[in-house]
Formats: sequence, C-alpha cells, structure tokens
Amino acid sequence: MAIFFTRRHSVLPGFGLALGFTLAYLSLIVLIPLSAAFIKTATLSWEQFWNSVTAPRAVASYQLTFGASLLAAAINAVFGLIVAWVLVRYSFPGKRLVDALVDLPFALPTAVAGIALTALYATNGWIGQYLQKWGIKVAFTPLGVLVALVFIGLPFVVRTVQPVIEDLEAELEEAAATLGASRWQIFARVIFPTLMPALLTGFTLAFARAVGEYGSVVFIAGNMPMVSEITPLIIITKLEQYDYAGATAVAVVMLVASFVLLLLINYLQWLSRKRNPSK
Amino acid sequence: MMWDDVGTAEALLEPPTGRPAVRRGAREEPALVRAALIAVALVFLLLFLFAPLASVFAGALRKGWEAYFAAIVEPDAWSAIKLTLLAAGIAVPLNLVFGVAAAWAIAKFEFRGKSLLITLIDLPFSVSPVISGLIYVLVFGLQGWFGHWLQAHDIKIIFAVPGIVLATIFVTFPFVARELIPLMQAQGTEEEEAAIVLGANGWQMFWRVTLPNIKWGLLYGVILCNARAMGEFGAVSVVSGHVRGATNTMSLHVEILYNEYNFAAAFAVASLLALLALVTLALKTLVEWLGREQIARSIA
Repeated sequence: MAIFFTRRHSVLPGFGLALGFTLAYLSLIVLIPLSAAFIKTATLSWEQFWNSVTAPRAVASYQLTFGASLLAAAINAVFGLIVAWVLVRYSFPGKRLVDALVDLPFALPTAVAGIALTALYATNGWIGQYLQKWGIKVAFTPLGVLVALVFIGLPFVVRTVQPVIEDLEAELEEAAATLGASRWQIFARVIFPTLMPALLTGFTLAFARAVGEYGSVVFIAGNMPMVSEITPLIIITKLEQYDYAGATAVAVVMLVASFVLLLLINYLQWLSRKRNPSK
Repeated sequence: MMWDDVGTAEALLEPPTGRPAVRRGAREEPALVRAALIAVALVFLLLFLFAPLASVFAGALRKGWEAYFAAIVEPDAWSAIKLTLLAAGIAVPLNLVFGVAAAWAIAKFEFRGKSLLITLIDLPFSVSPVISGLIYVLVFGLQGWFGHWLQAHDIKIIFAVPGIVLATIFVTFPFVARELIPLMQAQGTEEEEAAIVLGANGWQMFWRVTLPNIKWGLLYGVILCNARAMGEFGAVSVVSGHVRGATNTMSLHVEILYNEYNFAAAFAVASLLALLALVTLALKTLVEWLGREQIARSIA
C-alpha cells in the first residue's frame, strides 16, 4: 500500500491506526471476498464463460433486468421530479409526513415490500382488481417487476433533486419573468437545465439500484424463465443447482455493469458539483 | 443500497434560515397547475408507497389480533427475531467503529489515493445483494477457498449464523462512514488541533471534542445501518440455508411463511419489520431536526 502516505504533516494523532484499520477491514470484508468472484471466473475457460453468460435464459434475464430498470428509472425521473417540486414549492396538509415517508423504500425491508406489492397488485388485491377490469395483469408478469423497481427507486430521484430545487435562485426566475417569459418558458429554459444534472444523477442511482434488486422483485415477478426471471434470480438458481462457476460468471457480468454505473454516477456528481459549486 | 447520495450531512449543517419571502407570480404556477401537480404527486405516492404500507398491516390483521400475536410468539418466528437482532447487534457496532476510523483518516488527513478509498468504501452499495451473499459462499462455502479447512475443523460459516452475520456486515458496510466523512470534512481540524496543542491526549481529544461534534451524524448513520441490517433479504438468503428456527432471519421467515401460503402469519411478521421501518423514519427525521438545532446553536 505504498500509495497511501501522508503528504502534509499534522499534529493530529491516530492517522496510522485509523487508516491501517480501515484498509484491513475493507480488505477482509469487501475486497478479498469480491476478488473471489473474479478469481472463480478465471477457472472457467473463455468458452465456458461465454456459454454461461450468453445462454438464452441469461440473455432474456438481462433484457428484463436492464429494460425494466431503465423504464422504472425513467418513470421515477418524471414522477420523482414532480414529487420533489411539490414538496419544495407548494404547501398542503400533511406535507411533512409525506416528505418523511418518501424514504420508506429505503427503510422498508425488501421482502416486506415484495409481499405487500404482490398482495396489492394481484388480481384480487386493492389495486389489481381494478386493473383486472381493464385487462391489465401486473402481479406475476414483467409489469410486476416494473412496479417493484419503481417502488425501490423513487427516493433516489426525489432526494437528489429536492435540495437542488431548494437552492434555485429566485433572482433568475424573477429576471426571466420580468423579461416577459411565460411560466412554462421559465421552467423549460431556466429551471429544468439547472435541475438536469441532479435529475440525471437520481435517474442513474435509481437505475443502478434496480439492476441489482432482488427481494422486492422475486415475490411479484412470478419468475417464469425467459419471461419474468431477473438476473439476480438466475444467480440464485444456479447456486441451488451447485453450478458455482456458472453463477459466478453471471455475477461477474452484473458486477462489471455495476462498476461502470458507479463510475458514471461519480462522474455525474462531479459534474453537478462543478456546475453548482455551492453544493 | 445508497440511502442518501444526497448529502444528509450537508443538510445537518444547514442552519434553519427562513427563506426570503418570494414575490408572488414570478415563482408560482397558476393555482390550477399547482393543484394538478399536487394531485399527481399524491396519487403516485398513494399507489406506490402508502398503499403497500397499509396493505402490510391490513394483511397482518386479516385474521384478527389473536392470530396476529400467535404468529409472532410462535417459536420459529421468535428465533428469527432473535437471529435478526443478533446479526444487527454484531454488524452495526463493527461498522460503527470502522466508520469512525475511516472518516477520521479521510476527513482529517491528506493522503494520496483518498478518492479511490472513498469509492471502495461505497462499493458494497453498488453490488447486488445476491452477489454480496455469493462472494462469501465462494470464500467460505464447501467448494470455496477455505471450505476444506473449515470442514476439517468442523466450523460452519455458510448455511450457518456466521455467514448471515458476514453478509449483513457487507451490505451495511458504508452507512456510518459515508455519513461521517462529509460531516467531518466540513468541520475541519481546528478544534482537534487546539485540543492537542493544549495538551489533551488522543483519547481525550476524541471523547471531548470529536465525538460531541459528530454525535448526530453518527447516530443518523447508525439508524440507517441498523434498519438495513435488520431488513436485509437477498444477501442473507444466499448464505442462510433456510433452516427454520436456526438460520432464518425475520425477512427469510416472512418468505417461508409466504411460500407456504400462510399469508396472515407472513404479513404479521412483515408488519414488525414495517414498524421498524416507520420507527427508523421517525428517528431519522428527529435526528435531522436535533442535529440542525445543535449546529444552529453552535454557530450562534
């Protein structure tokens, strides 16, 4: 770990101890176990690896997982923006309670969310029975996957966009109004461009979370191979068949996708800090 | 995953300044648009947030209070509750100590590789819970690196309690650290330096200067960490082995009951977890408020 060394002398104690413990704990809990996934995959030949990760059932699961995650993140971007806007700019009874409850998907265990959404959107559920009349089936279809992913992704968008709306400068909007812009023009040309980096960050966070999500999805998805089976479930199924190498190969595909998303998120946050230095 | 890439620590720092009064008109939509947007937001939240929450409690009480309590005090449920508390009881303190150590090194000192280190600490949030469990199977499972050695010494980690604890530690790893790093960075090093120059030793400085300064951020991180530790499903599901009364956490017990079509009991146990979530949100809101008060006082 030669790259870690102090550059500036400090009178404060404990640097060596704190950094040493941090690196040891990080390595033991995170880095070494994570590297196991890549080392295990290296025991496969390239062909075995390729066959595992491009099996039709796996490919169908990527399409569902990434497609539904993308769509859910897009839905959350639209409605999350509206929710954040309403919570900052308007007042209505119960607003503070609603504001606190927006974090519910962070706090509610995913298995609980899963069975609750299933009960709600099943054909005999509170909401499902009405959708049924319109011929829409949600639970046990890919649409169910979407509903679960919308649920878990919502707070990411709201909580990323909300502080930026709070910090919008009144002067800009007032100046635009003075110059004769309509309210819609002000929103489209002044407000929205300012919110865009945060909205994009929230979108990407919601997407990244949705891709890996398991607990809330498995109950409502129905888990039919090729139709409503998500990638994390493929990993579990392979593990239950003791196909450790196959499970790990698919896991590595997901890990690489997650790392790319993580880099993208870091870049977006850096970008929005650059645009908005006060934050 | 990421509770708040949203900068709660920054929120803690902001004093409750009254927003300057905004001239009407320039910053407001017509009343009709306002009403429509509020309606859209509330209907959306109703369908996706409030209705699921309500349906947990409705499902739990479907067969009445007696069945509800019976499902909770039943031995398997009780052992699941105890295992959940045990896993959180180990994972949260460990990640608390780690979080303070990591934040101390990162926020108070300059060194190369710092931003890489911060990214690595956040890593568990971007890993699918299922993969979080899988990697421990690869290390400690029968076919894993230490599988034979562990078997020879009759130690069980995977499909046993230690595996559940490890997976819980992994998924809750960043919570305390990511709360404290921005908070301690914003506070700077002056107060601690003053304490040292005035002759305090390291522990005195930590207990009397640092800890009082970070206590609300710390508590905030612990609350979020605990909620996730008690509620985790995917990661523990992979390493648990699902032995009733032995390696089932509350979330896993909910799953088993649900798959046995014992819906009332599944929702009864789920309602305890939903209550935990509500308590978490209430405490979180309270800590945000108290933290703001404290910081506003220290500024004034």
